[in-house]
Amino acid sequence: MDTSELIKKLTSDPLGPARSLSTVWLLAVCISIAIAALVFFAVLGLRSDIEAALETPRFLFKFLVTGTLAVSAFNCVNALSRPGQNWRNEVLCLAIAPALLAMAVVAELYALPSDSWAATTIGRNSMVCLTYIPIIGLGPLAVFLWTLRYTAPTKPAFAGSVAGLLAGGIAATSYAAQCNDDSPLFVAIWYTIAVGILAILGAVGANRIARW
Amino acid sequence: MKRKDEPELARLMRAAISGDERAYGDFLQEAACLVRGLARRMIVHGGIDPEDIVQETLLAIHLKRHTWRQDGPIMPWLYAIARYKLIDAFRHRGRRVEIEIGEIVETFAGPASETVSDQDIGHALATLAPGQRSVVASISVDGRSISETAKWLGMSETAVRVAFHRGLVAITGRFGQKKNGYK
Repeated sequence: MDTSELIKKLTSDPLGPARSLSTVWLLAVCISIAIAALVFFAVLGLRSDIEAALETPRFLFKFLVTGTLAVSAFNCVNALSRPGQNWRNEVLCLAIAPALLAMAVVAELYALPSDSWAATTIGRNSMVCLTYIPIIGLGPLAVFLWTLRYTAPTKPAFAGSVAGLLAGGIAATSYAAQCNDDSPLFVAIWYTIAVGILAILGAVGANRIARW
Repeated sequence: MKRKDEPELARLMRAAISGDERAYGDFLQEAACLVRGLARRMIVHGGIDPEDIVQETLLAIHLKRHTWRQDGPIMPWLYAIARYKLIDAFRHRGRRVEIEIGEIVETFAGPASETVSDQDIGHALATLAPGQRSVVASISVDGRSISETAKWLGMSETAVRVAFHRGLVAITGRFGQKKNGYK
């Protein structure tokens, strides 16, 4: 087909008001949070000592890290889904959550005697953590990959891995309300691996379904 | 045709999104020109029809128009889509390329210089000495290589290189002057 013919065809196809991409992403996050909460309460539920836990800084710090991860990943994937949008600052912001966690790890190493480091790091729930964060995150990840498909990521695999971080941030936030291993040492190892699994799944998935 | 600039293109696209078919047609025409220029410069080894890239990009613009932020610049959006389609085409052909962002930026800076009419080329060539003229015409217009040109004109390759270089310098000098004169 001739290019001017194509232009004629496109022009006669009514454009219609387009929904703002930010709204679409916000909607996707709301749906994802609902899915994550549903799965969380169905398979895990809050820990029994939640009221006492709410007063300990270690428990609360988990939400600071996972929440920061989710917010920065949200901004980043939003930028990555628009062609020509500058996303370098958003990618830099992804380092905030790991940096917070690294500082907490250092503080924790000072706070704890060195002979309890290993036991605290391994904790009691490492396998639960590695299983349930990815499981809770699968639904949200699917929603985000579908959203990426609607947008136009020029680096699909990269955008997909950030979508995985976002799903991981949401999943880890809900999982943290059940887990009673609150030490930053535990979080730094197991949460990171669990979220990393979702990031890899996101990259592979987006490479398949978010190309356009 | 007068080149439309960033604000004008953004205005056209905003009008198009709010339902103005004519503005949309104008926008797509202009986008086609810009992408054609980019594709022709990037596809140096052949194997891909630049017009395919143009059409793929226009289609993507149409389908992904909601990814443009209406209060943001439109050129980076347009070129990012074209670049994605170009890389995709190269990948399908089994050869990977890296397109430097610098080349894209250059395109923003000087869109006016990327297409010239035959008449302009004629003017440019006419200003050259006859020896330089035949060398530049052979390489830039007819697309011969240095060695083919040397054989064709019965010159040494070095002589062709020198004449070609001097010819281009002369043209750049003259066109640059003219541009300054308009200021």
